[in-house]
This record gives sequence, structure tokens and C-alpha cells, in this order.
Amino acid sequence: MSQAIANFLKRNPYLFSGMAALLWFGLYQLILPFSEALVTMLPVERSSHLGGALQFFFYDTPKVLMLLAGIVFVMGIIHTYISPERTRALLAGRRLGAGNVMAATLGVFTPFCSCSAVPLFIGFLQAGVPLGITFSFLVSAPMVNEVALALLFAMFGWKVAGLYLLLGIAVAIVSGLVIGRFGMEQYLEEWVRDMQNSAVLTAMENKQMAWGDRINNGFNHVSEIVGKVWPYIIGGIAVGAAIHGYVPQDFMVSIMGKDAPWWSVPAAVVLGIPMYTNAAGVIPVVEALIGKGAALGTVLAFMMSVIALSLPEMIILRKVLKPRLIAMFIAVVATGILIVGYLFNALL
Amino acid sequence: MKQIKILGAGCASCKSTMQLVQDVAASKGVEIEIEKIEEIREIVAFGVMSTPAVVIDGKVVHAGGIPSRSQVEAWF
Repeated sequence: MSQAIANFLKRNPYLFSGMAALLWFGLYQLILPFSEALVTMLPVERSSHLGGALQFFFYDTPKVLMLLAGIVFVMGIIHTYISPERTRALLAGRRLGAGNVMAATLGVFTPFCSCSAVPLFIGFLQAGVPLGITFSFLVSAPMVNEVALALLFAMFGWKVAGLYLLLGIAVAIVSGLVIGRFGMEQYLEEWVRDMQNSAVLTAMENKQMAWGDRINNGFNHVSEIVGKVWPYIIGGIAVGAAIHGYVPQDFMVSIMGKDAPWWSVPAAVVLGIPMYTNAAGVIPVVEALIGKGAALGTVLAFMMSVIALSLPEMIILRKVLKPRLIAMFIAVVATGILIVGYLFNALL
Repeated sequence: MKQIKILGAGCASCKSTMQLVQDVAASKGVEIEIEKIEEIREIVAFGVMSTPAVVIDGKVVHAGGIPSRSQVEAWF
């Protein structure tokens, strides 16, 4: 069976893509009726608390997983066009300003794993990418990623996902600009500073891939990412479904809701720093907080802080940055996230 | 005898890459000497930006992610 599909993909990649897309949309349409039918089959009253929670769970789980798989798949294909080497070549020698905008935007689409943040950081500096621009990339790449966007889109709609995308990029641009303006190069570790502008850019073999191979890469990306995050998502939705009917709201509303005291956003950011997990890992928390009536801006500030600022990452970065630059990095990004939190609360 | 270096700061994918290379080499009966490089300075000295990366006899043959089995087989 899978062999037949693989052969089909090889022989007729375009037809395959079209049919896969159709199949995806068809299945997506079926989720709602399917979830209702499933609840009717169970010995539970549809209008009861439990019935409502179950329907929510049966509807939300496939919906979120399918949207996630779809977006991650598209991103896997985009990755075949943009390698880190290519991004580096695009950014080398740019000026602050336009360069930061490019770096933050490319950060969204370039394949990135926080485990290789340091080699990437040095690789950029070596090739003559200015420090401030490198930082714009380093802030946007982990924070504005496809998993965060897909989950926000699935749970809160395209407006929230779009705002997260735009504001995340804005934070990355401004943070990089500030770090660049202050001429922080002196706070790089000496051996790193010596490596700046040291590499001759070798033209990376720009290998032409067949469309079928790009699609394969999309599937690999889906199995890698979705395979890693699905337990978090199901856990998160289960928590959300339970909260749906059972939990009193007053407590959370009073400290994280819309009319909460001014310090609730900074508190969310500070709380997020020592926590270290990926976008999928914070989703259960986000679901739970929103379900209890927390304001979206406060929760998003928390989510951004957890993803973008983390102690383990700082410890890794300490190998290449002196403490002052790390402190500055944290301060600048935290301020940006703070503003995003307040903005979101004001806008929505 | 092939000299193989796996570059990566000790993440899970680096370990699976090392395992995969050892498996394939063993199944093909190729003798290898494998070494794991975790020191960041050494990693960047190879000009690699994304890990795990694989170096065979001093040449970077792969970077960024776990290589596929067929890729590894092609190296030996």
C-alpha cells in the first residue's frame, strides 16, 4: 500500500499533491459531523456537561492535529527552498534596519532547531552578518514558528495567529535594532569576535530538487514534528475540555483577566523565563489559562516568554556571549514581549 | 578505515545519527572509527551551521538533521 503511494508520488508528483490537498479538505469538513455522531453513539446526554466536554474533545483534537499537520507540511516544503546557508548569504553585509526586517522574516521560514543556535550564531557572524541582524533572526526563529502559529490558528482563529506572527516579527526586529545600535560586539567572547568576518562565503551547492522530493520533505517534517508534539496537544485539549464545564472562573479572572492589575503581564513574562519547553508544551497551559478566563495578551506574553527566553538557552549562549550581552538580550526581548502583551489586551 | 566524526552539542538527534551510522557501517562490514564532537569551537571550525552534522575523512557530508538510511548507505 505505502509502496504504491510512494510510486505514485514519484511518477506523478503534481497530481499527487492535488489529490492529497483535496483529501485533506474533505476530511477536515467531516470532523464536526463525525464528532457529533461519535457523542450520540456514547451513552451520554449530549446536552450534559460531560456530553459537551466530549464533543469538544472529539471535535478539537482532530481539528488541531489536522491543521497542525497541514501547516507543518507546507513549512516542510518551504524549508527545501530556504536553508540556513542561504539565509546567511542573503543577510551577509546588510545594514541595520532593512536587514533586521529581512532577518526576522526569514527566521519564520528557515529551518531552525534551538540545539544548533550557537553554531548558527557563529556561522552568521563569520560570514559578516552584523550582530544586530543576527539577533533579529535568533529571536524570531524559535518564537514565531509553524507549531505556534498552527496551534493559535486552530484554537483562536486567524486573527490571533496573524497578530502573533506580526507582533513576534516586530519584537525580533526591534530587539535586533537595539542590540545593533548599542555596538555590543565588545561583549562577545574573544574567540567569537576573532571569527567575525573571517569566512569566505562558499557558494553553497544550490541543489535542484524535484517536486516529489520536496513533498517527501514535507511528509518527513510532519512525522518529525507532529510525532513529537501530539501528546502535548491531546493533553492540552483534554484539560481544555475539562475546564469547559467544570472550573470556576473568578480566581483566574481576578489575577489574569482583562481587568487584572497592571502587573499581571510582567508577572507572566517573568514566570515564563525559567520555564523551558516548545510551543506545543505550553499549549496545555495556554488552554487552561484561557479556559479560566485569563486575558489573551497576558497568556501570549507568557507563551512568548517561555519559548523565546529560557535559562538553558542562556547557558548555551553564555559560551559565546559575555553576561552583559545576555542580560541586554533578555531585557530587550522581555520588554518587547511586555509591549505585545499590553497591546493584545488592549486590541482584543 | 574511515574516520567519522559526528558533530552536535549532545542533542537526541545527534545520538540517533551516531547510532544509525554505526548500524549501517556494521551491516555493510565497513570498518570505521567514530568520534563524537560536542565542543562548540570544534564544531564551528568545520563551518557547520546546523547540527547534527557528519564528517567523513575530514569532509562534511551532511548537516542539519538526522540523515536518512539510504543517504548513510551511500557514504560507504
